Amino acid sequence: MFAQQSVNGHSYQFDSLVELMAKATPKRSGDELAGAAASSEAERAAAQRALAEVELCTFLNEAVVPYESDEITRLIIDSHSADAFAPVSHLTVGGFRDWLLEVISRPDPSATLTALAPGLTPEMVAAVSKIMRNSDLIAVARACRVTSAFRTTLGLPGRLATRLQPNHPTDDLRGVAASILDGLLLGQGDAVVGINPAGDSPQVAADLLGMLDEIRTGYQIPMQSCVLAHITTTIGLIEAGAPVDLVFQSIGGTEGTNTSFGVNIDLLREGMAAGQSLGRGTVGNNLMYFETGQGSSLSAGAHLGTGGHPVDQQTLEARAYGLAREFSPLLLNTVVGFIGPEYLYDGKQIIRAGLEDHFCGKLLGVPMGVDVCYTNHAEADFDDMDTLLTLLAAAGVNFVITVPGADDVMLGYQSLAYHDALVIRHALGLRPAPEFEKWLTSQGIADPDGTVRGLELAGSPLLSLTGVAR
Amino acid sequence: MSADELTTDLWAPLRASTQARIGLGRAGMSLPTSAVLELQEALAAARDAVHVPLDVPALLPGLADLGLGEPIVLASQAPDRSVYLRRPDLGRAPAGLDGLPAGDWDLALVIADGLSSKAVSEHAIPTLAALLAGFDPSWTVAPPVLVTQARVAIGDWIGQALGAKTVLVLVGERPGLSVADSLGIYLTHAPKPGRTDAERNCISNIHPPEGLSYAAAAATAIHLIRGARALGVSGVALKDTGSITEIAP
Repeated sequence: MFAQQSVNGHSYQFDSLVELMAKATPKRSGDELAGAAASSEAERAAAQRALAEVELCTFLNEAVVPYESDEITRLIIDSHSADAFAPVSHLTVGGFRDWLLEVISRPDPSATLTALAPGLTPEMVAAVSKIMRNSDLIAVARACRVTSAFRTTLGLPGRLATRLQPNHPTDDLRGVAASILDGLLLGQGDAVVGINPAGDSPQVAADLLGMLDEIRTGYQIPMQSCVLAHITTTIGLIEAGAPVDLVFQSIGGTEGTNTSFGVNIDLLREGMAAGQSLGRGTVGNNLMYFETGQGSSLSAGAHLGTGGHPVDQQTLEARAYGLAREFSPLLLNTVVGFIGPEYLYDGKQIIRAGLEDHFCGKLLGVPMGVDVCYTNHAEADFDDMDTLLTLLAAAGVNFVITVPGADDVMLGYQSLAYHDALVIRHALGLRPAPEFEKWLTSQGIADPDGTVRGLELAGSPLLSLTGVAR
Repeated sequence: MSADELTTDLWAPLRASTQARIGLGRAGMSLPTSAVLELQEALAAARDAVHVPLDVPALLPGLADLGLGEPIVLASQAPDRSVYLRRPDLGRAPAGLDGLPAGDWDLALVIADGLSSKAVSEHAIPTLAALLAGFDPSWTVAPPVLVTQARVAIGDWIGQALGAKTVLVLVGERPGLSVADSLGIYLTHAPKPGRTDAERNCISNIHPPEGLSYAAAAATAIHLIRGARALGVSGVALKDTGSITEIAP
């Protein structure tokens, strides 16, 4: 037995750290699907209390996913910094929550939290998140500062960037360009103009990259672009001379998940080196872009941990951030409501997961963004997304994803509308990335004071932009 | 002409190239009332579309007319839509495999309702016809298998039971706000239970006229079938090296 806890006159036993973490996790459909969730609210409350008493050091000695069989566990353990860990090494999970909330009440907490990050493992961060309420997740994440840069600088205080996502069901260049035009006129794209290609064809990806580069250079926009193809496709495109800014890959929190994605750590290193060989960054050279999402490991049947027990999906998600930070990415976003109701059932579960993911990534030192999104088979709606966007903006999220009218016509789900980013920036006084903001002002899309109001097509020199698409 | 009308005019030719909701205008910084109400209507329609059951009897004559033999109808282990949405594991496993003619087939064709019965009803048979028109005459093709409450991986079981070298699963993709009838094709070589997504190739967004045409989807699929047969594997190791401009009709 690993832990025992009495709640309301009942005694609950937890056989392993894996079981305890899963049962302490706020309720979600994916953990129930995996058979990992607590069977009652009382058992969940007991697990949370028992987890709060676990020493942080325990996570260095008890692997949630075995060291011998999982290269992400090996990366996490082998790169752990005992020096950075020292300030909290004596604490329990519950004590760590109190410590975090005390640190952020002091002046300049971000320096303390940045120094701590290499001493934290994803499992420690996941554990503390499970006993934190939404307001704790927001307050601590807000105090973390994780900046990254390529042609724009992201993650600065008081800024909120967006990925402009101009997807098209047949990768039609003119159709993609029309969505880019609409987004630029509404002040979007300072994180990246990033296209999910509908097909696997390297030729189509090359055509899209060529057009993005023509738009960028033709209108002198300080931005980075990305076609979110498989990393092996991107490596091939770099070898073929395509103008690749960012190297993208979907990743998960176990070696098996990444096998199902057709990647491993060596391949990610190869992709990063290929991207860096081009030297295309101006204000920085962070060029990896990762997407993640709770449930990807279970979806791939690669969610089992030590003792063959199912690991909860939120802990596995945090492990994906532990992998990502090795590559000093420009961007990582959780695609939080994308994967469907079998993993996050409704708006409440999606909102909670979005805040957990953002908190865990930031505390581990990852420049977190969130795709605030849902699918039409989940119990969620536009109001839920408004709520999550507002909470994430308050939490200092580096970037969110925006599409025309909240409707991604290729992937068949709802993300945020371009307008939503304008509204939240204005409501909370947030500004775009500084390099991009200057360009928006020069175009009349932003006021001289940085307020992005958008611009009508008729009044903009960008009117000719779709002419780039041949 | 007012500034608003002028703007509307400028977006009109661009709308011809995409279904994306571009040029919606602004109420201050927010979406105008008309756009917000249209989104609510589209959301209601898309959510309803998820729950429309597949009209199996209506599809059977068209499947029989393909000339591949009598279609076989199977079901997954998910008894209804509600369970299907919560239990992807049940949607991936067949309730039974009775009636599948085991043989040495080059290809198996599986039609799965997925999340959009409308996509299957409208696009499955024309897509199959386009595929058959382009198949190598020497390829042997098993009778088509129609499966309800099904996910992509159910094709691994069916392909294995048939003894097929390659399985194509035509599946209804989840309904979006503007597109409720998008069909996808997943190709898996040497199908057997336990294959991962990295071992599949996908052609998505088949929904002419706005989405991919039947001919273009079929051409890409046939290119991938040839590649999989030559390489002996499907998935990330197999790239669609054909350019869309070469294969568009």
